[in-house]
Amino acid sequence: MNVVVFGCGRTGATLALTLAADHQVTVIEQNPEALKRLGYKHNCKVIIGSGLDEEIMAKANITNCDVFFAVTRGDNTNLFAGQIARIKYNVPKVCLRVADPHRAEAYRVMGYFCITPSALLAGMMRDWFLDNEYKGIDTYNVLPKELKL
Amino acid sequence: MYVILVGGGNVGIHLAKKLLAHDHEVLLLEKDARQAQKLATILGDEVVFLGDGCEISVQKACGFGRADAVIAVTGEDEDNLVVCQMAKVMWKVKRALARVNDPSHEKLFIQLGVDDVISATGIIFNMLEQQISSDSLVPLAAIAKGNIEVVEAHLSHRSPAVGKRVRELTLPVQTNIVWINRNGEGILVDGDTEITAGDEIVAVVPTDHAEELRRKLVPDSN
Repeated sequence: MNVVVFGCGRTGATLALTLAADHQVTVIEQNPEALKRLGYKHNCKVIIGSGLDEEIMAKANITNCDVFFAVTRGDNTNLFAGQIARIKYNVPKVCLRVADPHRAEAYRVMGYFCITPSALLAGMMRDWFLDNEYKGIDTYNVLPKELKL
Repeated sequence: MYVILVGGGNVGIHLAKKLLAHDHEVLLLEKDARQAQKLATILGDEVVFLGDGCEISVQKACGFGRADAVIAVTGEDEDNLVVCQMAKVMWKVKRALARVNDPSHEKLFIQLGVDDVISATGIIFNMLEQQISSDSLVPLAAIAKGNIEVVEAHLSHRSPAVGKRVRELTLPVQTNIVWINRNGEGILVDGDTEITAGDEIVAVVPTDHAEELRRKLVPDSN
């Protein structure tokens, strides 16, 4: 499968490296320094630039990709890039990292798969502490009612 | 109208001033504390709100739910998009407008639910395309589905308008001179304002009357 990962932070680099064994992975990242996280022996294609830029998306061969991950540290950047991937380039699977649980919930309502790291982490830590069995991602990846405004 | 502006840069400040001058209720959101303080001294405390316009708690505190329009004018396209989408989806705001910086995003923003976009790049490109020359009428923007144009005219001493007061120009119906750039400063205009050579006039004109306005301001080239 063709995978595009936008953002080479810890999450993006880990995702790219672990998928690259079996898939064709392209990493888009603005900061060349961040690409060091991939190490020196990797088989990802690397493009320096922004996933909001249509030339960069074309270079990443976005029209032929099976899945697009937006995992930069900017929630709005991820939300915009994900919508570009889906609406403009018809990418079948789009996954967005959105740190703000409220914003994530709003875009889930709009039909986007948004992962909120803090919600996953807190949920799994809670179950570890309580000796509960671990559950599926959708159980953790929600706006807890305690946070609702 | 209650208008919420997001982004307290130059565009936000001047838009806020304009809207206040027209007796609208205005709230300008700025997420940087120092910039917000500066804005408060210019516009007044009650006009400025310190916070990130993308956050639901901020949107709630600012009354997005009762806003007639939300206008996102930060320098970041992604922020402007998210503000507008949340305004539309979460708060059912009637009109959400966004400034776009990358012109390739214009069409996309509309597709993604933004009611209208303002593109400085697009406007400047259009001006260059029109090859701004002295004594011509340059379209800056088309609004209201193209029924109204914002135009600029740079007047040389040959302009038939020079030396006249605005009220003596007998402008076409429903046409207004909004402001004049004179010696690098913007001045607001009333009927007594005298037109001088070198003025750059910005006017709003029904598209049908643009040609009539041109004849009032620009000397006949023949």
